[in-house]
Amino acid sequence: MDSRRTPRSVIDPKVRQVGFFAPPDRTNSGQPDPISSSSSSPSPPAANISPSGNSLSPVMIPPPRHSSDSRPVPFVPHPASPLRRESIPAGSSYNPSDFYPPATSPTAASPSSFACRMPVGGYGEFSEDVVALSPGRAFRGSSVRASASSSFPGGGFDLTALKASSVPASELTTVSVFNLPPGIAEKAGGAFVEMQNDRHVSSKAAKEKTTKAERRALQEAQRAAKAAAKAEGNKIPGTGSSAVTSVNVKPAKGVKAALQKNDSVSVAASEKKVADRPVEKDRKKDVPQPRMQYDDRSRVEKAKRRAVVYQTEARNRVELFRHLPQYEHGTQLPDLESKFFQLDPVHPAVYKVGLQYLSGNISGGNARCIAMLRAFQEAIKDYSTPPEKNLGRDLTAKLSSYVSFLIECRPLSISMGNAIRFLKGRIAKLPLTLSESEAKALLQSDISRFISEKIILADKVIVKHAVTKIRDGDVLLTYGSSSAVEMILLHAHELGKQFRVVIVDSRPKLEGQLLLRRLVGKGLNCTYAHINAVSYIMHEVSRVFLGASSVLCNGTVYSRVGTACVAMVAHAFRVPVLVCCEAYKFHERVQLDSICANELGDPDAISKVPGREDINSLKHLASSEKLQLLNLIYDATPSDYISMIITDYGMVPPTSVPVIVREYRREHLWI
Amino acid sequence: MMDFQVVVLAGGTSKNLVPLVSQEVPKALLPVANRPVLSYVLELLELNNLKDLIVVVEGEDAALRVGGWISGAYVDRLHVEVAAVPEDVGTAGAIRAIAHHLTANDILVVSGDIVSDVPPGAVAAAHRRHGAVVTAMLCSTPVSGPLESGSSSGKDKTKKAGRYNLIGLDPTKQFLLYIATGAELEKDIRIQKSILRAAGQMEIRADLMDAHLYAFKRSVLLEVLDQKETFHSLRRDVLPYLVRSQLRSEVLLNGVPQPEENGNEKIGTQYNQIMQSQILANASKPSFHQLYALGPNNGPDLVRRTHKCCVYIANNNYCARLNSIQAFSDINRDVIGEARNLFGYSFSAQNNIIHPSAELGLKTTVGPYCMLGEGSQMGDKCSVKRSVIGRHCRIGSNVKVVNSVVMNHVTIGDGCSIQGSVICSNVQLQERVVLKDCQVGASFVVTAGSECKGEALAKKEK
Repeated sequence: MDSRRTPRSVIDPKVRQVGFFAPPDRTNSGQPDPISSSSSSPSPPAANISPSGNSLSPVMIPPPRHSSDSRPVPFVPHPASPLRRESIPAGSSYNPSDFYPPATSPTAASPSSFACRMPVGGYGEFSEDVVALSPGRAFRGSSVRASASSSFPGGGFDLTALKASSVPASELTTVSVFNLPPGIAEKAGGAFVEMQNDRHVSSKAAKEKTTKAERRALQEAQRAAKAAAKAEGNKIPGTGSSAVTSVNVKPAKGVKAALQKNDSVSVAASEKKVADRPVEKDRKKDVPQPRMQYDDRSRVEKAKRRAVVYQTEARNRVELFRHLPQYEHGTQLPDLESKFFQLDPVHPAVYKVGLQYLSGNISGGNARCIAMLRAFQEAIKDYSTPPEKNLGRDLTAKLSSYVSFLIECRPLSISMGNAIRFLKGRIAKLPLTLSESEAKALLQSDISRFISEKIILADKVIVKHAVTKIRDGDVLLTYGSSSAVEMILLHAHELGKQFRVVIVDSRPKLEGQLLLRRLVGKGLNCTYAHINAVSYIMHEVSRVFLGASSVLCNGTVYSRVGTACVAMVAHAFRVPVLVCCEAYKFHERVQLDSICANELGDPDAISKVPGREDINSLKHLASSEKLQLLNLIYDATPSDYISMIITDYGMVPPTSVPVIVREYRREHLWI
Repeated sequence: MMDFQVVVLAGGTSKNLVPLVSQEVPKALLPVANRPVLSYVLELLELNNLKDLIVVVEGEDAALRVGGWISGAYVDRLHVEVAAVPEDVGTAGAIRAIAHHLTANDILVVSGDIVSDVPPGAVAAAHRRHGAVVTAMLCSTPVSGPLESGSSSGKDKTKKAGRYNLIGLDPTKQFLLYIATGAELEKDIRIQKSILRAAGQMEIRADLMDAHLYAFKRSVLLEVLDQKETFHSLRRDVLPYLVRSQLRSEVLLNGVPQPEENGNEKIGTQYNQIMQSQILANASKPSFHQLYALGPNNGPDLVRRTHKCCVYIANNNYCARLNSIQAFSDINRDVIGEARNLFGYSFSAQNNIIHPSAELGLKTTVGPYCMLGEGSQMGDKCSVKRSVIGRHCRIGSNVKVVNSVVMNHVTIGDGCSIQGSVICSNVQLQERVVLKDCQVGASFVVTAGSECKGEALAKKEK
């Protein structure tokens, strides 16, 4: 951590209230070294909050491997050596065959089995059929009219019954044709010409390049000579040695230093510079792009011009959240719907998912991620590389356009961002020797694998771990509706454990009701309460299970709004809080509050109660300038309130999240 | 094109429009503001980037004419295929006839007589979003009858009163729970208890009109047409059938989000598939169909099969169907009147369209919301109000045309007065004819001095 940064206790108190922050006396847990602080200092909350009755003892369990599921839960600590990391992708220790029948295991699926699947378009056949019927189609322009009309009485309207139905099948007659794009029609001839053009261009470019390099060399030589003369004239001691080391000198140090740096690099280490450049580029890629700030007028205008979806921004926005996008609800969907056929570049499957995000038909991190990945799978299946383009680059560009479309429908969740990064990484790593169909098959199976290993199997492992923490007689509290928590509860019930569930819910989404419905349907004992009653109901609770949208590097849990409140109340009542989150949702970002990154929902959702005219007293105030409605979607729970995070690598204290992110990042990206 | 195929049902010679349509002029080519009515649909589709169309026409002669016109007007713009089906097979029969040409997942069926600016994409998107079996477009019933003449509008209102549709919607106004058209409406209506109970609430509306723009799931549509051979019309048979049976679906596809589409997910084991669909299903807000399918208490073993019938309600758009003579005059009036901004006409400062080659005599006035076609000539002291006059008409002096439609090549003698009438092509009106609320069929000659009121004049069928 940067030493210059003010410690948390000095943060402006107004901001801290909104961000759900810990009182200043426990800020010492924000130290940089998570492992040593959790084992040596007594400050971590997990150690001191757990009452003696149900101590959870967040032992430092090193992340287990999937294959070790059959083994008992406590693991031998395993030093994370680079050797081991190497062995993971090789498939010796990380063996997914526990979960797959060997025949269909991903390693066994050789690309050749997909090679025979050729995309045969049904429509293609159809149109050929039509060509046979109407001779006019092959021509273009004015000749079409003549031939089409002349072919009319002769060829068309053959009413012979093709099908034995009550109505004779009728033939189609093409009466009007619009031009095919010239690129397709003239491809045969055009390719040769373009190739020649290419050669011309490339030779020209090469020529120009050499002159440029020459010019550059000349310039540098001149500059070096000048600098040398100057140095000699001024007689600055030690110019030669300092020139080499002053590469890192900041430009603020003065013109002279900059000059020295400049020529020292160019003269002494021009080769090194070439080697440095890709590194620099990589570094640039690593730095996350600055998030769009929606209170920056000019940028918003620019983004709007690019946007596919027409969005009207909401007028009354809460001051603190101006930087987040918020749109007039109900303006996006009709517009997007009416453009259905104009959005040609967006694949129908992606479009459908986007509509579902926008209308709220799909919500929840895992579901959104799965829906998106499946849509991408469909899109890849239907994808064909345009002529003279590279599959890797073109597909990446295409995916990016899909992603920006999805972002316009609803901001991405962190889990989706990770999944997209994974997919793009896979595309970038495709071997060049693969044919198009093989590459597509490989990508599709990669996506399937991501879904099954990172989401489905991860959930299975989480359930396995979490069930060990449920004992007979427990009262478990959960908030909202988390898919992982639901699976845990159902599995524990299947195992015959006797426990009771308290479902805490909140307006306006009332997701808990759906969970309640399913749990009661399965025969679990449930209590349903709203979040207002959480302080009352917490008396009887013995454990709190929470889901998460993401877990950030400082242990902050980013989740459905209200989670922080539940966690804090539980902490005050000394009830252990267990967060269930798949490791693919972990992110290396550090976030201290829920202001800088969040999502704003439809403000009308909190001001109106559908179907209850009697309590809709805000109805006439909606357009008032003085009223600002805030419907936050997420909040950030500081790690102090979390006893343990249950993830597919085991049960870890929140301070160990960076370890998982660091050690398994590579594996995350290249399964 | 988003995996949609478009079928335009252009009909044949409709009986409702009898003096207006004839062998030479099928319904699809009836001029609305001097443009065939079919062009409004085709241009709406073109605007929405739907350029591969199948146009189905009843009768071979009609198909020839429609095809000839399309090939002339839309070369290089649309890829249109025309199919001729026998007359009187109905809309369902027409789809049956071209069934083997339908390949896309979803089919957009548009009636050829709609004059509207509702984006068809909106219907398609609503259809996709819900994964519906059928999505119908509803729009508010247009106000009928000419504005000025009170007597005829009153008469039409009474005629219309018995003909409205009843449409039942769920509280979110997204699903269709009940539909009945005037013909089958008796004293009381029968609503299924199961649907009412599942949806909780039903809103029954009589002010909505079925605009004859449907999105169908192809497999379901073809299956229904295949099984129910007696079904004659999409609107009267197929749609009510699908709505009726939505909670006890007999069609193959239902709420399950099409597992067969992901054919090559063989890597994913059965377990993975189940978990995935479960996560997806749990995350979405269930519609009443899904809640009903799960049932209140019954376990997962008893799953009821359902399908969804959706609606798209066009609120602020113009939408009308040319299915009666009254509708014909209404649409002609609206297209150059109220809805004039929607169809790309450019109006003069006087709010009318007069072709530059038209000739007007002395003291002749053409009022606002009028259209005068190419090469038409008018004598002196004429007055035209709220009317459409076609191409190459010759109109004498002292003629009054109010609230009427005059098609092409019509000759009108001196001193005629035409009010609320439709005069087809090649008609000859001799001097001092007075017509009120009349329809004159093609090539008819009205003798001098005759006065008609509310009559349909046409040549006798040979």
